[in-house]
Amino acid sequence: MSEPSSLPTGAPTSGAPVGPDLADLLRASARGDQVAFAQLYDATAARVHGMALRVVRDPAQAEEVTQEAYLEIWRTAARFDPSRGSALSWLLTLTHRKAVDRVRSAEAASRRDTTYHQQNQPIDHDVTAEQANASLEARRVRGALASLTAVQREAVELAYFGGYTHTEVATMLQLPVGTAKTRIRDGLIRLRDAMGVGQ
Amino acid sequence: MNDVHALSGAYAVDALDDIERAQFERHLVECAECRAEVDSLREGAAMLADVAPVAPPAALRDRILAEVATVRPLPPQVVEVRPRRRRFPALVAAAAAVVTLGVGAPIAYQALSSDTPSVDVSATERVLRAADTEKYVQRFDDGSKATVYRSKALGQAVIVTEGMADPGEGKVYELWLDHDGEMVAAGFMPKGPDNTVLLSGDAAAAEGVGITVEPEGGSDEPNLETAVVFAFDA
Repeated sequence: MSEPSSLPTGAPTSGAPVGPDLADLLRASARGDQVAFAQLYDATAARVHGMALRVVRDPAQAEEVTQEAYLEIWRTAARFDPSRGSALSWLLTLTHRKAVDRVRSAEAASRRDTTYHQQNQPIDHDVTAEQANASLEARRVRGALASLTAVQREAVELAYFGGYTHTEVATMLQLPVGTAKTRIRDGLIRLRDAMGVGQ
Repeated sequence: MNDVHALSGAYAVDALDDIERAQFERHLVECAECRAEVDSLREGAAMLADVAPVAPPAALRDRILAEVATVRPLPPQVVEVRPRRRRFPALVAAAAAVVTLGVGAPIAYQALSSDTPSVDVSATERVLRAADTEKYVQRFDDGSKATVYRSKALGQAVIVTEGMADPGEGKVYELWLDHDGEMVAAGFMPKGPDNTVLLSGDAAAAEGVGITVEPEGGSDEPNLETAVVFAFDA
């Protein structure tokens, strides 16, 4: 342990990795190292779970998504390719897909029972800033989000946290379909550039 | 193609429907620029998770770590040929087999043949349309194409071939499901270039689908020399 003793010992929520490198932990996990995997979990669980919860809303289902995601992370750790991106991005991409699959299949199931409840359902536009915690990293992300135009941010949030397709986002925001996908892409490009990642 | 390209952002945050996703993934195979863009946008999107971290209950950590202890991590996707364990060769090795399949096949484009063999349409359709269906495409040098669709939720996979060459006199294309290196026979392709076949067996637990050329009636073990493999994303 090379961490300064003054660091809080609770589950880290800051994006700045203090302990071992996540990619190293992932590689060790691929070799069956359960201790490394536990460290990986401790370093990332709050972000993984927070995102899952944000997308699926239901705490019990979010726990299931988080659990499924970590099991898959464990099983497929060897397939992480550092040349394509960071370990954190890999983890979150995998989790996001599971969370979105979860809401879409739940939606498909409920569509079979109730025909048009969807039309009149109020959309809960929860604002990112509401739940934002005070960590430095979150502040940095909020800063980056602020560089998006309001319409880009709305489209990105509905897609990423809402789990909606760009076509659904277009309908919700009363936009032509082509516009929503462009806003999502432009918004993500700005976010990426503002965060200085992925280039 | 510009239009397809513009879907990169929506793809990066899983905001495409199944059909668009399949289309875009087909495009990704050919477009290095889009692949790089998707990777970079995902990197940016991942930052969004920093905004609302929520520590999961401690009990979840215990459950996950306990479960992990009973699960074997998968090997990297660099698969080697290990006939002893009947493991399919890697895609790279399979490229050689593509030639085998492609020999003397002038049929690049062909309308759906009228004698398309009867398949269980409803089960097949369900796989093709399931919300979680994954799609894996391979194109061969002769212009033929094979696509595997898998729905984990349904536990089934379907293969669709277009313009496949005849396997040869007294031969048949046999289908396999890869269960942790164990090749389990999953049926045959009927004669004819264009077919849609529902694989038998549990596709949810499988790690991939293989096609091999076997003597009519099939084999107990796949002829690895001829194998074409579709490795599932885990």
